[in-house]
Amino acid sequence: MTVQQIPEPGAPLPHYVSTAPFDPYSVEAMTEAQSRVYQASQIRLIWWRFKKHRLALVSAIFLGLLYTMIIFTEFLSPYNLHTRNVDMIHAPPQRVHLFHEGQFIGPFVYGRDMTLDMDTLRRVYTDNPNDVQPLRFFCRGDTYKFWGLFEGNLHLVCPAEGGTFHLLGTDRLGRDMLSRIISGARISLTIGLLGITISFILGIVIGGLAGYHGGIIDLVVQRIIEVLQSIPSIPLWMALAAIMPVTWSPIVIYLGITVILGLLDWTGLARAVRSKLLALREEDYVLAAQLMGASTSRIIGRHLVPGFMSHLIATATIAIPGMILGETALSFLGLGLRPPITSWGILLTEARDVSVIANYPWLLLPAVPVILVILAFNFFGDGLRDAADPYK
Amino acid sequence: MLRYIAWRIMMMIPTLLLISALVFTIIELPPGDYFESYISELRAQGEAVDMAEIEALRAQYGFDQPPVMRYFHWVAGMLQGDFGYSFEYQLPVNEVVGERLWLTVLVSTFTIIFTWLMAFPIGIYSATHQYSWGDYGLTFLGLIGLAVPNFLLALLLMYFANMWFGTSIGHLMDLKYLNEPMSWDKAKSILEHLWIPVIIIGTAGTAGMVRRLRANLLDELQQQYVVTARAKGLSPFRTLVKYPLRMSLNFFVADIGSILPAIISGAEITAIVLSLETTGPMLIKALQSQDMYLAGSFLMFLAFLSVIGVLISDIALAILDPRIRLQGGSTK
Repeated sequence: MTVQQIPEPGAPLPHYVSTAPFDPYSVEAMTEAQSRVYQASQIRLIWWRFKKHRLALVSAIFLGLLYTMIIFTEFLSPYNLHTRNVDMIHAPPQRVHLFHEGQFIGPFVYGRDMTLDMDTLRRVYTDNPNDVQPLRFFCRGDTYKFWGLFEGNLHLVCPAEGGTFHLLGTDRLGRDMLSRIISGARISLTIGLLGITISFILGIVIGGLAGYHGGIIDLVVQRIIEVLQSIPSIPLWMALAAIMPVTWSPIVIYLGITVILGLLDWTGLARAVRSKLLALREEDYVLAAQLMGASTSRIIGRHLVPGFMSHLIATATIAIPGMILGETALSFLGLGLRPPITSWGILLTEARDVSVIANYPWLLLPAVPVILVILAFNFFGDGLRDAADPYK
Repeated sequence: MLRYIAWRIMMMIPTLLLISALVFTIIELPPGDYFESYISELRAQGEAVDMAEIEALRAQYGFDQPPVMRYFHWVAGMLQGDFGYSFEYQLPVNEVVGERLWLTVLVSTFTIIFTWLMAFPIGIYSATHQYSWGDYGLTFLGLIGLAVPNFLLALLLMYFANMWFGTSIGHLMDLKYLNEPMSWDKAKSILEHLWIPVIIIGTAGTAGMVRRLRANLLDELQQQYVVTARAKGLSPFRTLVKYPLRMSLNFFVADIGSILPAIISGAEITAIVLSLETTGPMLIKALQSQDMYLAGSFLMFLAFLSVIGVLISDIALAILDPRIRLQGGSTK
C-alpha cells in the first residue's frame, strides 16, 4: 500500500473521478436474506420469532399431539372406559417386558396372581413368571361407541386373549387407569378451550365497546371488571356450580361448567382490549372508516381488533391453565362434573384420602398430565407473547 | 394524602354494593328455598309438617316479600352487623361463623407474609443472575408450584408429613381447643399447625410473584440511571439496593392487590382438603344445602377481605410513590 503524501500547502489538489460503473441505489439494495425478512408477512415473522423459543415450540408440539389424541381416545385406550375387571381391583401398574428368560419375545406382560393378605385385608398381586402374555397391536378388544356414534372395537394395543394389561394400574372398581386418563383428556382439555372461547368473545365485545365509546359505558364496565376481579374466583365458581340442579344431565353440567369458567374470566382480556382501543381509536384510519360510514362493530372488528389480535391470543393462552385447574378443583370438591363423565379432576377425587395415597399411589397418576398440560400451556403462552409483536 | 385515602375509601362503596348485589343474585338463583328442601326432608322422614310454623318462619325471614325487598333487608342487616340466619344450624350466622372468619384472616395474612419472604429474595436473585443455573432452577421450581393444583399439594404434604414426622396434619389446632376461648396454649397450637396450609397456599402466589418481580426488575436494571450509577463507581450491590430495588418495591406492593383474591381462593380449597377451621369447609357445606344466608355471608366476607387487601396495598403504594397520590385518580 502506498503511503499518501500530504500535498504542499497551497499546491493544487489532484482531481480524480473513478470511471468504474456506479450504481446509486447500491446502498438500498438488499441481500436475499434481508429482503426475505422485509417482505415476510406478519404471521411468518411471528413464526420465526416463535421458533427460537425452544421450550415453547416443544410445548406447542406436545399440546398439538394431545389435542389430536383426544379425537381418537377410544382407539388409543386399551380398554373401554367402563369395563370393570373384578379380578383386578386396585391392582398396581404392570410392567412391560421385552425379554423372557433371556429370550426376546417382544412387548409382553406377566400374568398376575392375587392373594388376600389376611392381616391387612389387602389384595396383593404378584407376577407369575410362567404366564407370558404378549401384547397385541391394532387388535380387536372391548367394544366402544366412537364419539358416541359408531360402534367399534379396534384398539391400538390390547392385552393377550384372556390376559390383562394395566400399564397404570386399576382403580377401586377394577377399571383401567390408563384408559380412564386418556378418556379424561377429552373433557379436561376441551373445557379450557370452550371456556376461553366464551371469555374471548365476551372480552372483545365488552372491552371493545368500553374502549371505543368511552364515557359512561366505559365507567360501568370498569366497575364491573373491578368487582369481578376482587371476588376470589374459586368460591364464586363453587357458588355458581352449586346452583346447577342435580337433575341436569352430565353433558349439560359440562356445558354449564364451561360457561361458568368463561363468564368469570373475561375481565383480564376486556381490560387489555379496552386500553388498546382507547389509544387506537384516535388514529386517522379510524376517522377515515367513520367518514366512509362504517358501523361501530365493523370498525372494532375489522379495523381495530386485528391490529393486536396476536397479543389477545397470547393472553388467552396464558388463561387456559387457570380454567383447567379450576375444573379440576371443582370436580375434586364434588361440585363440578359428575360420573359417568370422566375428567382428570374426577379421577383425582378417588385419591382424596391420605390412606389411598399410601396404599394405591398410582391413583394419583392423573395429576401428571394435569401438571404437564399446565406447564406446556404456560411455556406456549410465554413464547406466543414474546413473538406476538415481531416488529419490536 | 388524607384526601387520597378518603377518596379511595369512597370508591369502595359502589364496589361493595355491586358485589353484594352479585352475591345476592347468586344465592337467589337456585329454584326453591331452604324451606322447601326442609319440608321435603321432613316428609321423607315421615314427620308431620306444621305448615303454619313454616309460613311463620317464612314471614319472619321475609321470604314472602319480593327478592328486591329481601336484598335491601339483607344489606341493611349486614351494615348493622346482622348477617342473617343460618337455617341449617338454627342460629344467627354471626354465632355459627364465630372464629372462622378470624382464622381465615390469619391464614391469609400469614400466607401473604410467607409469599413476600419467599418471593422477594428469589426474584432479586433471579433477576441479577439472569440465565444462570440458579435462575433456571428457581424458575423451574416456581413453574412447578404454579402447575400443581393446591389440593394435590395438600394431599401430598399430608402424606409425607405423616410418613416422615409421624404427625397428622389437617385442622388448624389441636381438637381439644376447638371451642375453647383464646388462650396462650391455643395460640401456640394454632401456630404449630399453621405452616402447612401457609406453604400450600403460598406456593402458587410465590411463583407468580417471583415471575413478575423478575421481569419488572430486569426492566429496571437496563435503565440508564443504573448505567450512570455503575459508571460513577457505585458497587453493584449498592447500585441495586439504591435504585432498581426501590423502583420495583412499588410494583411489589401493588402486586398484593392482584394475588390476594388468588390466595383467598386457594385457601378455600386447601382448607376443605385439610379440614381447617376456616370458612372453606363451611362454605361448601352451606352451598350444598342451600343455606343461603350463611353461604352469602361467607362470599361477601371473602370479597370484602380482598377489597380491603387491595385498599391497603393501594394506600401503601400511595405512601411509597408520590406520583400516585398526586394524580388522585385510578391506581392502575
